Amino acid sequence: MTLIHVLVMAGVTYLIRMLPFVLFKKKIENRFIKSFLHYVPFAVLGAMTFPAIFSSTSSVYSAIIGTAVAVFLAFREKSLLTVASSACLTVYIAEALIKLFQH
Amino acid sequence: MKSEESSYSYSEGFKDGIPIGLGYLSVSFSFGIMAVNSGLPVWISVLISMTNLTSAGQFAGIGLIACGAPYIEMALTQLIINLRYALMSLSLSQKADKSLNILHRMITAFGITDEIFAVASGKAHDIGKSYMYGLITAPYLGWSTGTLLGAIAGNILPGSVSAALNIALYSMFIAIIIPPAKKSKPVLLVIAISVVLSTIFEFAPYINRLSNGFAIIICAVTASFLGAVFFPVKEATE
Repeated sequence: MTLIHVLVMAGVTYLIRMLPFVLFKKKIENRFIKSFLHYVPFAVLGAMTFPAIFSSTSSVYSAIIGTAVAVFLAFREKSLLTVASSACLTVYIAEALIKLFQH
Repeated sequence: MKSEESSYSYSEGFKDGIPIGLGYLSVSFSFGIMAVNSGLPVWISVLISMTNLTSAGQFAGIGLIACGAPYIEMALTQLIINLRYALMSLSLSQKADKSLNILHRMITAFGITDEIFAVASGKAHDIGKSYMYGLITAPYLGWSTGTLLGAIAGNILPGSVSAALNIALYSMFIAIIIPPAKKSKPVLLVIAISVVLSTIFEFAPYINRLSNGFAIIICAVTASFLGAVFFPVKEATE
């Protein structure tokens, strides 16, 4: 049962990635489509992150503070790892403080 | 002067992949915890990560396994959540050089994740097979190892730690999109449009029932379409 579920998951996910990558071997010359594809990564990542990031932790307040730290460090062009670990640490501290004040 | 193999080597790809791999460690760690908590054995949790290499799809998948959903529902859910990869693969297919023949495309396509895609499409020149294999290596190891560690640590780790780890993935996305948005106003506008749309899809009555993966596709396609209409990219941008 579970194994077939895993197989279905893996198969569908793989085909979605593989087919466009293999089928579009020729360079697309159309300027509009090229521009469209240029913007896709930013649009996808933006939509995936907001507003989902605000409900990713136990409290919306810790998420806001974590997001602010991530945005600030990303604006300073820090590495992926620095941004991610700082945001995690910030959320951890913020949630500890929130718990402290609730008691 | 065009060589078969692109100028980016395996080791350059590997180096570019290290921060992604480390980021994946923390995200897959929380996946491992969740998978075991939902009742899956450790080896199945690791098997899922080793065969799927996708965050949102896997998190949704363990929920469906836990409630014994029909296979067709599993297939449709994965299709909708992960359809964005088709956009990314299509976009990346335009950046792949000749060394990525059909066989190598079939293999490396497995590694096209949000972050790998973002890093690969951020390279100045076309990318070849060596670079792609290098780029995929550390994230794949990080994703599998993190799942294993999380699944084992599952019950030991306090909830406050796993809650903090949940923001890792999103903050990585922020780190990917903000630097280019600083330099290009069209990119910033496209991101803004996409974020506004996705916020509407989250909160507006009726349409917020639409699945998350599907909403992301609509937001991204609309925002990129508007970007292409109003700010077509100059030919020199290759």
